[in-house]
Amino acid sequence: MAKNSAGELIVGPIFKNNPIALQILGICSALAVTTRMDKAVTMCIAVIFVTAMANASVALIREYIPSKIRIIVQMTIIASLVILVDQFLKAFSYNLSKELSVFVGLIITNCIVMGRAEGFAMHNTTWDSFLDGLGNGIGYSVILIVVAFFRELFGSGTLFGATILPTGPDGWYTPNGMMVLSPSAFFIIGIFIWVLRTFHREQIEEA
Amino acid sequence: MDYLYELFILFLRSAFVENLALAYFLGMCTFLAVSKNVKTAVGLGIAVIAVQFITVPVNNLIYTLILKEGALSWISNDFKNLDLSFLGLISYIGVIAAMVQILEMTLDRFFPALYQQLGIFLPLITVNCAILGGSLFMVERSYDFPQSLVYGIGSGFGWAVAIAALAAIREKLKYSDIPPALRGLGITFIIVGLMALGFLAFSGV
Repeated sequence: MAKNSAGELIVGPIFKNNPIALQILGICSALAVTTRMDKAVTMCIAVIFVTAMANASVALIREYIPSKIRIIVQMTIIASLVILVDQFLKAFSYNLSKELSVFVGLIITNCIVMGRAEGFAMHNTTWDSFLDGLGNGIGYSVILIVVAFFRELFGSGTLFGATILPTGPDGWYTPNGMMVLSPSAFFIIGIFIWVLRTFHREQIEEA
Repeated sequence: MDYLYELFILFLRSAFVENLALAYFLGMCTFLAVSKNVKTAVGLGIAVIAVQFITVPVNNLIYTLILKEGALSWISNDFKNLDLSFLGLISYIGVIAAMVQILEMTLDRFFPALYQQLGIFLPLITVNCAILGGSLFMVERSYDFPQSLVYGIGSGFGWAVAIAALAAIREKLKYSDIPPALRGLGITFIIVGLMALGFLAFSGV
């Protein structure tokens, strides 16, 4: 693999090589947390932490991992990091951790973490892997936050719980109930990909 | 009889109303990647049902007998206040990986034809969020053992139905004229959204 500069490693995954829009990785655990901004942001921070740290740790010991059991080794590293995050959330913001329910745990099986550990960290230096993890975590967060922005704004007229579009008896805005339900997340991502690919035409798939 | 009825309702609810793929977005990676044709989608669906049916009850036993607060008191009274539930995540994923491996070996030994068909999908299931999600939901909603059996098979079934349906739609899509930038992934997301809308109708049942 060609030498990449640190900047490219971080910025590349955000638009050019976005893990969700292009590589279809890691959609699993995330979309259910995008009904509100605060949930989404917490999730993003958790994922960025786990991808960056997991990538760095795997890269650190990549010479010593026997290739036959590498999946188990990676799983164990990732699971330990996720337990850290989970315990941290339970200790410092218990309500949020209740609402995120099982989705923090599901970061383990988030394909981004696993995919980057397997695909990048196994063949690159620790620092590069750390940056790559950071970049992919951010790329993932961008989509999550965009989706959460639209869903919270149009679904309940608020952002981070603060009223933006006044609803209720005095307000003029009628919340769009569908935005709170799961299908809207799919639509928003579909449209996001559409917009992204209109500008990055090389990403268009031949169907 | 009432209990059986409740189990039946639980089956329907886990399969349709709380569909893992369409209501909780679980197992999306494989859901989108392996739904290009119906045959492989059905194979994967069957594999998911089998794994889910085994891992959810096994994880239920592990949780109630080892990890839950006070669960170890059968060894000695000293462990009465021991709460190991923070080890949950790492033990569930271990159980899942081990179960998939065992299932793979069993199938290879006794049902080689089925094993050939499932091929690479079996190992992939380890990292399928639907499986881990099933176990985590089981713990969170504190199902007992029979309930977890039913929940395992029901949620696996729902996932299989969803992926088979999506694959069928995508096969037909080859003949439609889609804006170039929307082709492939984009349109698939929108279809999944429409399917999720359809499945929402079940929540009235």
